[in-house]
Parts: sequence; structure tokens; C-alpha cells
Amino acid sequence: MQLPSFLRGGLVSPFTLRKLGVLGMNARNVHYIARYNDRDKYPVVDDKLNTKRAAKRYRIPVPELIAAFETQPSRSRVMQVITPLQKFVIKPARGSGGKGILVITGRDGDDYLKPSGNKVTALDIQRHVSNIHSGLYSLGGKPDRVMIEALVDFDPVFDRYSFEGVPDIRVIVFRGFPVMAMLRCSTHASDGKANLHQGAVGVGIDLSTGKSCHAVQRGVRIEKHPDTEMPFSDLVVPDWGDLVRLAASCYEMTGLGYLGCDIVLDRKRGPLLLEANARPGLAIQIANGIGLRTRLEHIEAMDLEQLEKNVEERVNYSMDYFAAESIA
Amino acid sequence: MSPRAQVYILAALLALMGAGLTAYKHFELGFPLLPGEYRTVWTIEAKVRFNADGGPVKAALTLPRAQRNMEVLGETFSSSGYGFNIIHEDDEYRAVWARRAASGAQSLFYQLDVHQTPGAALEQPLDLSTEVTKPFLGAREQEAVRLAIYSLVDSARERSSDTKTFTTELLTALGDKRNQDRNLIFGFYKDRSLVDVALLVLAAADIPAHRIRGLYLEDDRRRLDPEDLLEIYDGKRWVVFEPVSGSPGVPKNFFIWQRGGKSLLDVEGGRDSGVTFSVISNDVPARDVAMLSTSQEKEALVDFSIYSLPIEQQSIFKLILLVPVGALVVVLLRVFVGLRTSGTFMPVLLAIAFIETQLLTGLSIFVLILILGLWVRFYLSRLNLLLVARIAAVVVTVVILMGAISVVSYKLGIEQALTVTFFPMIILAWTIERMSIVWEEDGPYEVVVQAGGSLLVAVLAWWVMTNRFIEHWTFNFPELLLVLLGVIMIVGNYTGFRLGELARFRQLVR
Repeated sequence: MQLPSFLRGGLVSPFTLRKLGVLGMNARNVHYIARYNDRDKYPVVDDKLNTKRAAKRYRIPVPELIAAFETQPSRSRVMQVITPLQKFVIKPARGSGGKGILVITGRDGDDYLKPSGNKVTALDIQRHVSNIHSGLYSLGGKPDRVMIEALVDFDPVFDRYSFEGVPDIRVIVFRGFPVMAMLRCSTHASDGKANLHQGAVGVGIDLSTGKSCHAVQRGVRIEKHPDTEMPFSDLVVPDWGDLVRLAASCYEMTGLGYLGCDIVLDRKRGPLLLEANARPGLAIQIANGIGLRTRLEHIEAMDLEQLEKNVEERVNYSMDYFAAESIA
Repeated sequence: MSPRAQVYILAALLALMGAGLTAYKHFELGFPLLPGEYRTVWTIEAKVRFNADGGPVKAALTLPRAQRNMEVLGETFSSSGYGFNIIHEDDEYRAVWARRAASGAQSLFYQLDVHQTPGAALEQPLDLSTEVTKPFLGAREQEAVRLAIYSLVDSARERSSDTKTFTTELLTALGDKRNQDRNLIFGFYKDRSLVDVALLVLAAADIPAHRIRGLYLEDDRRRLDPEDLLEIYDGKRWVVFEPVSGSPGVPKNFFIWQRGGKSLLDVEGGRDSGVTFSVISNDVPARDVAMLSTSQEKEALVDFSIYSLPIEQQSIFKLILLVPVGALVVVLLRVFVGLRTSGTFMPVLLAIAFIETQLLTGLSIFVLILILGLWVRFYLSRLNLLLVARIAAVVVTVVILMGAISVVSYKLGIEQALTVTFFPMIILAWTIERMSIVWEEDGPYEVVVQAGGSLLVAVLAWWVMTNRFIEHWTFNFPELLLVLLGVIMIVGNYTGFRLGELARFRQLVR
């Protein structure tokens, strides 16, 4: 078993971090989340069904919703929905941290297959649905809703950069301006999960070009994917402009000032909004090797006129101003 | 006003209020700031004895008046068969015992507890008569005495500048056995005490004076007779003199019983009456003294507080008042260190259980229940139960485990494990449920990290909560909770880095 990351290496001075413009958890909570995210707007992002509805209204592409169970469904109702499906995802509407997401990528007779190849029976799926309903994965154990989504037909461009799992792109949008982006690639070590603290690779993406600029696994800078040996320097996210525009338009959709958008690339439909997050984590700083605070403070210093720009103008400004070269 | 400024102002106000109330309780009401402080409480017993003649009896004892440096904590009267009441006359309180018929030796008791406080003994000005009744010394046989008295007065007057120094000189002369005048006076007034004679001479010198009766508070004294001091009026104020040394001021541990006034004891219908005193000192916890002295004045701060509850409830509150301290520990560890725990305030509940069970017993019971519970939970998860039913099943399992641990350990002679019942069962069941989810989703390593983090916080909280100073302050100064609230608010405004982040963002510094 590996030592936890905080036991390896020493500590750094808080003043150095401050000088580098690194954003800490406390500062994020007090200065950004409490100040720019209104409580009454949280339901839009905390409940993925609400996010989907709002996205429809704003014409933001999302993975297709197959079914949603508002109340505890009967077994036959669940079977009726999932029996004809080959690939699908079951999610709790109010799950946090990716908990309670069951991905089915194929069938084996009456059984269902997980990406790892393990078999799941229909009974297991029913139990999972029941667990979600009882609030096992939601904050505070409140009763939850279940949604069944179509599995995204992932763009094969990242296939060589991801082991088992699905890479997604996280963009931090502050007052409508995209400020930082990263790609999360699962690895063998992370067991197909895209959580950085479990060993997934965080790849910092240059906002202006969509090219990789920095990659980190378990806090250590790497050049190649540990499983596929693909160098990250060749990585370019296709449709980058569309993707950043999609992220920026989530500001209008949610009304949240400090927002993290999780986006995946569909083979045919292009970038799709997977979910939005009102409390995005800070690992993006490690993936990019840059502090967030400097960029956030630049936006905060803007006057009202600049803040009232439309999506296109904001994206252009960000892509221009937050280009990797200008920072480095 | 920005929310940040509001927080600071509010926190400062709360802290000030809490600190102010605490200071008031400490300085004015005498609540001790540190645990284990003791105060000396003197128990004074006055015993009135007399032989009743067989007819109606009435005995009146002058009660001590309020004295500024002595706080009366409580008084009791005992007198079987006697009617009793307290009357107020001539600026004095007197206890009056009465009975229709009594014969033989009688004893009546009056007992009071006093506690010495710093400060001057007597208040000024005192509303006492400054009239002087000149002693009659004109008789023939008093010629020599009269001359001796005036000779004493004249020589003292010559060697002094004012009434005070005059009195000192006079008392010194009256104590000097080689002084011829003094010997002559005492020879004439054979049965008079020093104070009696001093009063006579002072009257001859035209100085208003009276006696003070009281006791020296010394431990374990029995059958004491009251002692006398002398108080003279120097034209502006009353000054007390110790007659033997002749020095002004009330002696340090002198308890004043009667000031001026008439007799100490009056008995009608009895003979050979007398009062004797006994004094015992007790060391009493300072807090009890403060409680006693405030309970008489009905101090609102004390009267409308936890102290007014029955003792049983008070001991519950003793524990409850520690919860905020545990919460503060959790806040500090999360905000400044960034420890991950399972359930935000679960560690506080654990810490409370540890207080009851002792640390090591508590830790082993917790780990045992967690492991057994997880094991049962893994089996339950295969049975496809609904979540609520499953958690209820875990609760029942936890209760059965607790019972089993109690019984088995009792049979083995480990009585400490009986305290297992103090563990919050529902919280334990939820912890087991969450831990098993964490196990399934993030692996056993994460379970160890979270359980370890919770235990670490719980142990730290336990350590702080069992500190004898913290225990003392939370219970005796609950208003310190306001200060704690202010601190929590200020901590909630901290936007700097957490200790864990200094390691987490290490790679950003190159």
C-alpha cells in the first residue's frame, strides 16, 4: 500500500503559496462560493434532473435522459425500462462526488456488464435503484430520485489517454469567464475512476488552444500516461472552442458565479454537459501547475461593463487572456 | 457593512459580553477562576446558658450586624421548647427566645457561617451617638482616683497632637504596670476591665467612645468569652482601637458582634446567665462559598442559571456544556488542519462516550463494534433489503453487540466495559453504514483513513474536554460559551491555507 500523499515530502510555506496565487479550501468557501453562489440557485446544479431541464431550456447539449424515477419504482417498472437497453448509466439525481453511479456497457444474456467486465444481475440493479431512492448517496441521506441516462458514445480521441474509464473535462467558470480547464484521465491505479486523489491523471489544458500543458498523477508531474505510455504533449482536445463556449454558457443557465462544469466529448454530438458543480474542487490547480487565485482576482477587478459581455465575447477574452504562454 | 466586518463586530461583542459576565462572576460574586480553590469558612457558635427560675423565661441575644469584610453564609438557631423570633430595635438585631415556664440549666444556640472577604471592616459614617456622659467623680473617697485620672489625661494630652494619638497614649499608659496613676485607678476599680476603665477615662477627657464586642477568629477555639475593642470619635469619624496594644484599626481576623449599644445578652426569669462562643474553621470549595453567598441575595445571574436546576440535571448539563468545546475542536481541526472525518460532529459524540467509558476502553469498544458491525453489514447487503430496514437492522445488531460485550466482559470481570451503553447507537449504526459504502466505493484504505481521522479528532476532543480547567470553566462560567461562539465565528472567517494544503499544493512550488 502506498503512503498517503501528505506523508511524502514536506510542507511548503503558506506565504509562498499565497504569492503563487494558489487558492485554498477556506478562501474558496468564504471568498468565492459564499459570495458568488446564491443558495437559492443550488438546486439547479445539486439535482442533476434539474440541471438537465435547465440545459434543455438553454439549448445546452446533454446526454440523453432515458427515464427518471421520481418515486420508488416497482421492480417490473425498472425491468421494463432497462431490459431493452444495451448501454446505460444509472445515477442518483443528488449524488455527490460521483457516488452511486452505475455504468452498464453491455449485456451477457440476462446479466449486465460493467466497464471492468464484471457481471451485474437485474436484482443488483434493482437494489441499486432502491438504495439511491432511500438516499444512501445523497447528502444528509434525503430520499433521492433515480435517473437512467444513455451512455455517452465517447469520442475515441482520448482512448489512448484513459484506462478503462471515461475522461471528462472540467472547466472552472467564474462570473461567466472560463478561467481554467483540465482533463481527468482514469488509470489502472485509479481503478477506472476519474478522481485525482485516487490516482487518476490530471491534465491541465491550455484555455486558448485546447492543448495539454501539464500533467500530474498523485501530485507528481508526468509526461506520459502511466498505463498507455502516450505522451501528453501530443494531446489536443477537439472542438475546443465549442467546449469552452458550452462551459461559459452554463453561467447564464445556473446563475452561479463560481462554477465547475464537467463536460464529455460525444463522437457525433460533440461536447455534452455531464453535470455542473457549485463547489468545484481545487485539484485543477495541481493539474495545471498554476494557482487559480490570480485569475479569479483578475476577473473580480473588472468593471461592470466588462462583466456584461455575452458568451462569445467572454470566451474570446478568456482564451486570449488566460493562454498558457501568457501565464508562464 | 460587509458581512466580514459584521462577523468581527458581533464576535467582539459576544466575546466582550462573555468575558464581562465572567469577570463579574469572579470579582463580584467570588466564583473561582481556577479549579480546586478553597476558602475558609468560620463556623461560630454562640451558646447562651442560664439557670431558669421556674417561671416565664425570656432571653435576648444581640446578633452580629452586617460587617463589610465578613460575609454571612448562613445562620441557624436551635432552642427546643422555646418560641423564637428576631426583633429589630435601636439599629440592632436581637434574637429573642421565650418560654412560659422553664427551670434548671438551659442552653440556647445560635450558629452562623461567615467567610472573610477583603475590604475595610466598618462602614463610615456610623449613626451612633457622640454624646459624652461625664463620669461622676465628685465624691470624697474618689478624690485620689479623680486626680489620677486627670493626671493621666493631662500627660497623654501633652504627648499627643490629636484625638487619635491621645487615645494611643492613654491606652499605652493604662497598660503600663509601672505607672502609678494607672495602678491607683485599677486599685480603685478592682473588678473593671481595661476597656471599662479606658471608657471612663475617655469620658473624663470628653471624648465620645464606646465598646465593640467580638471574637478573634482562630481555629478550634471553644468556650470563648467575647473580646472588647474600643471605638472613639475623633471629631470627624469613628476610629477603632485595640485596647492592649493601643494601635488603631480593627485587628485582621476580628469578627464584630456588637458595636456600641447595650448588653450582649438579657435574660429575664433566669440567673447566672452567660454567652460563650466557639469557633471552628472549615475549608470549603470556593465555588460553594460563592453559591451560598449569592443564593441569599438572589443574584439574577446565578438564580436564573443552571445552578438553579436540581443536582441531577446539573450533572447532565456538565456534559452538555462540554459539547461546544468539542465542536470547537472539530472546527479548528477542519479549518486549520483539514482532517477528514466520517460525519462532521460524530467525533464529538464519540468523545462524550469516551468521557464516560475512559479512553482505552472506549477506543477498543468502538473499534470492536465497528469491525463486527461492518462484518454484519456486509452480509446484510447481500440480502437485498431496503436502506431504512437495513440501517434499522444494523441498529439492532449494534444493540445486541453492546449487550453481548457488556455481559461477556462482566462475566470476565472487566467491569469497565459495562459503560458501553454510553455509545450513541444510532450514530454508530450510520457510521457503519457509511463506512461500508466507503469500503465498497473507495476501498478499505479510505475506511481506515476516515475512521482514523474520526478517532483522532474524537481523542483530541476527549483530551480537551476532560481537561480539568475546561471542565471547571464550562460548568462554572457558562457565559464563556459566548466567547467560544465569537471564536468560532472568527475561525469561520479564516481564509488562509489549511495545514493539509501546504502538503497538497507542494508541487506547485518549484
